[in-house]
Amino acid sequence: MKALSQKRRHPLAAIALLLMGLLITGGLYAVATTMNTAKASTTTASASDVEEGGKLFAANCATCHGMGASGSKDAPSLVGVGAAAVDFQVGTGRMPMQMNGPQAMKKPVQFNEQQTSQLAAYVASLGAGPAIPADDLTNGGGDAAAGGELFRTNCAMCHNAAAAGGALTQGKFAPALADVTGKHIYEAMVTGPQNMPVFNDANITPEGKKDIITFLKQIESSGSPGGADLGSLGPVAEGLFVWVAGLGVIIAFTIWLTSRTS
Amino acid sequence: MGNHSDGSPNHSGTVATAGQNEVEKFQDPGIPPHRLRLADTDPRAAKRAERQVALLFGISVVGTLIFLVAYFAIDLGNDSSIATIRLQNALLGIGTAFAMLGIGTGIVHWAKALMPDHEVSEERHAIRIEEDRQAAVRIVDDILDETGIKRRPLIRNTLLGAVALAPLPALAIFGDLGPRPDDKLAHTMWAPHDGKLKRLTRDPDGTPIKASDVTIGSAFHVIPEGLNELTEGKLNEKAKAVVLLMRLDPASLNPSKGREEWGYNGIVAYSKICTHVGCPVALYEQQTHHLLCPCHQSTFDLTQECKVIFGPASRPLPQLPIAVDDEGYLVATSDFHEPVGPSYWERDEHERNINS
Repeated sequence: MKALSQKRRHPLAAIALLLMGLLITGGLYAVATTMNTAKASTTTASASDVEEGGKLFAANCATCHGMGASGSKDAPSLVGVGAAAVDFQVGTGRMPMQMNGPQAMKKPVQFNEQQTSQLAAYVASLGAGPAIPADDLTNGGGDAAAGGELFRTNCAMCHNAAAAGGALTQGKFAPALADVTGKHIYEAMVTGPQNMPVFNDANITPEGKKDIITFLKQIESSGSPGGADLGSLGPVAEGLFVWVAGLGVIIAFTIWLTSRTS
Repeated sequence: MGNHSDGSPNHSGTVATAGQNEVEKFQDPGIPPHRLRLADTDPRAAKRAERQVALLFGISVVGTLIFLVAYFAIDLGNDSSIATIRLQNALLGIGTAFAMLGIGTGIVHWAKALMPDHEVSEERHAIRIEEDRQAAVRIVDDILDETGIKRRPLIRNTLLGAVALAPLPALAIFGDLGPRPDDKLAHTMWAPHDGKLKRLTRDPDGTPIKASDVTIGSAFHVIPEGLNELTEGKLNEKAKAVVLLMRLDPASLNPSKGREEWGYNGIVAYSKICTHVGCPVALYEQQTHHLLCPCHQSTFDLTQECKVIFGPASRPLPQLPIAVDDEGYLVATSDFHEPVGPSYWERDEHERNINS
């Protein structure tokens, strides 16, 4: 310290100080902006991740999506879909697709978490797209009532008011949302997988998405206050129950009423 | 079949007539021999049935007690949870069910097992006797005679007047069902107000939407600017004005002549009210560009100006012409060019008025 205090009057001290200040502000700024834009692409994608992801992609995905993910007649280009799309599609087992059908189905995942994040890093490196959301947006803790309102306006027509899912055209369907992780729900909203429309941050704010996830987790955990919900499918399930069980009981009683006692 | 005034049953089929010809008189088989029940012969069985009935009544008592306990003992204070409400609901339901069912099944079992079960036959009495007919005519004549309505025309005429006027209040009451909606169904909040174009805003919070916010594949649920500020008739206005805003590749849109300017860079807005019976059509498939109505599966193709490609709807969804204002926000350049929603009697006339 003594050497430092002796040199502080050196003619070059001011320049050295200025350089130091610039470096610190610049460095802090760089860290802060990367934190903001790619709010933790979880395991901050390193060059090796991208490289590993590229190998995995070439081995598992390129058959349909083409080398360099430029797309083919069988599958879309993945340039610019972002890490969130990969994390959703691969993380829920929808990709790699097993066979062609009305839509890719959820199934046991084929890649572990590390491989998924490597694939995501590789696809994200091809072009800017939605990043994997930060944990604080997907863990609930938002306003469930506001989320419910957003859900009923934007989601309930396909996914059912109780998030039990529903049918679309020609074999396609909107899946039930129980047991889907908050992260995957968030990613589905920002990327619009398959026939689901995109709900970008300008449409539903990240805070609104957090509220929707909170709402979904809330109705999932609180159950149905009115007793058995019969799958929350509405009049079809309820009508079937009444026809089979209700009428069955009535018929049983009429038979008993008119039968002769021994 | 001739005159039935003699009270003969009204045969209408040839089968019955043929039967009458073949068989002179139908032989009454009489009541089958009475069969005794177990409880009639065996006192132990009777005792057992008695205990069963008492048990059923006892179940009813228990059910009522369960109801009372659930109602009074379960506290639904401010700190109670949904689980408490669910428990109380279940117990109230179970209690009532057993209370009612116990009494009902008990009485039926009692009647079936223990009460006398002798078959009884009752002869049907003659349907119409000339004497009764005469008596009825006499009663009517007496009434007319005693009221003296024939002798007192003043009373008769004032009564007629009173009866004739009495339905008039009903007219006034039915009048209150109006006023006629006139062409309210043909106009929505999207019409420019004082020359100012209405902005497209998000449902439910009413914030305006920039064209740049709507990325390809997006679907926005839209209400007109100012809807949330309405104090009266807000839901009625919303029911007519709701719009779905979507963006697709401009190359896949095929606007017809005169409608080229109704979209903006592939952003199009269509009424959300189904033209079949008015359900909200909001199931948008962003890859096939189909809009599906959840009620009756009417399917509309966005790339063909929402033409109906499946289902019972008979008209395409009305398109809302949109543009971008100076600040980059989406605005409706006019109201819909046809009435939204399902058909109604004066719809064609209203559509002609809008476009003239």
